[in-house]
Amino acid sequence: MTQTLPPWHEIVLNVFKANEVKLITYVPDNVLKPLIQALHADPYFTCFPTAREEEAVGILSGAWMAGLRGMLLMQTSGFATLPNVLASLPCAFQIPVMMMISERGTLGEFNVGQAAVCRTMRPILDSLAMEHHTVSRLDECEMIVDRTIRQAIMTQAPAALILSPLLTGGKVVK
Amino acid sequence: MSETTHNLKRMYRFDLTTRLVAKLKQEEAVIGGIGHSNFDLWSAGHRPQNFYMLGSMGLAIPIAMGVALAQPARKTFALEGDGSLLMELGCLTTVATQAPKNLVIILFDNGIYQITGGQPTPGAGADYVAIARACGLTNAAWAADEAEFERMLDNALATDGPHFIGCKLDSQGPKAQTERDPAQIRDRFMRGMGTKKNRTLG
Repeated sequence: MTQTLPPWHEIVLNVFKANEVKLITYVPDNVLKPLIQALHADPYFTCFPTAREEEAVGILSGAWMAGLRGMLLMQTSGFATLPNVLASLPCAFQIPVMMMISERGTLGEFNVGQAAVCRTMRPILDSLAMEHHTVSRLDECEMIVDRTIRQAIMTQAPAALILSPLLTGGKVVK
Repeated sequence: MSETTHNLKRMYRFDLTTRLVAKLKQEEAVIGGIGHSNFDLWSAGHRPQNFYMLGSMGLAIPIAMGVALAQPARKTFALEGDGSLLMELGCLTTVATQAPKNLVIILFDNGIYQITGGQPTPGAGADYVAIARACGLTNAAWAADEAEFERMLDNALATDGPHFIGCKLDSQGPKAQTERDPAQIRDRFMRGMGTKKNRTLG
């Protein structure tokens, strides 16, 4: 039996709602565009850009301690700016800052800068002992996003969801 | 209130922090930036609504903004140093655009990195109130002296913000160091915010 699944960004938005993840801060990415548009269009969410990813980690940390759950959306290069604040704020204070990273730099990347920085992402997550999962299949999207959010909250630990080009199509030169 | 840095009195951070804490009667949240900004907040007398940073330089204002967004009825203060603000100047544009009414930013500007030995910041001649205003924070001004600082605090507590209060500091160091136990700091702060309610053991 073939089941028709909604697009990844619709699944993600619904999982955010189901887990009361209401505050969305982002530094944009082309791949994340449909998700960002849908989040802005839905009054359930408070959704806005920040000047820098670090700033969003601060906002989400404060919001969570005061009772509001959130998610940071960004691309691979944005994640690479974060190790200092991740280590000293959510990791040290046990705050479940949740991040969704559009994976650039692999599977047909055209920008050598993105390709180089991509190789630093998982080693950084591993060295911080942060839970992270890569979503590459539509049929696994709901479970991985949902369970990662739930575990982050229940264990008071930051976590990262990496959106593979296998899921999103990525960004390629036409 | 002053829009220029001429004739501003250089004030003592611990004294200003003590004056702030004395005015907090409604369980207002206070986020102390790294180093001496939060050391003096700790020395002014611990409150459950205080959060003391231990790194993530530059994030006092974003953390306070997150608290302010989560609890719009609670006034939330960020105590940030000039060196720290330089790390995350862009956050002033985010604050101006989102404009949380309950957020108050207090900038402690001594022109130096006091905790690392007093080296001047690259922005020693910068006017941070002018920068804040140019970012869109129209309620931004320098406090000329302690009496004016108190009047500006009264105004910030009584009226909608976001507010930005700039203070020029003298060269005195902090009174003491904050106890560095991040899990405990976070837990106490969450209880102070009413987001964690179960009784602690022992």
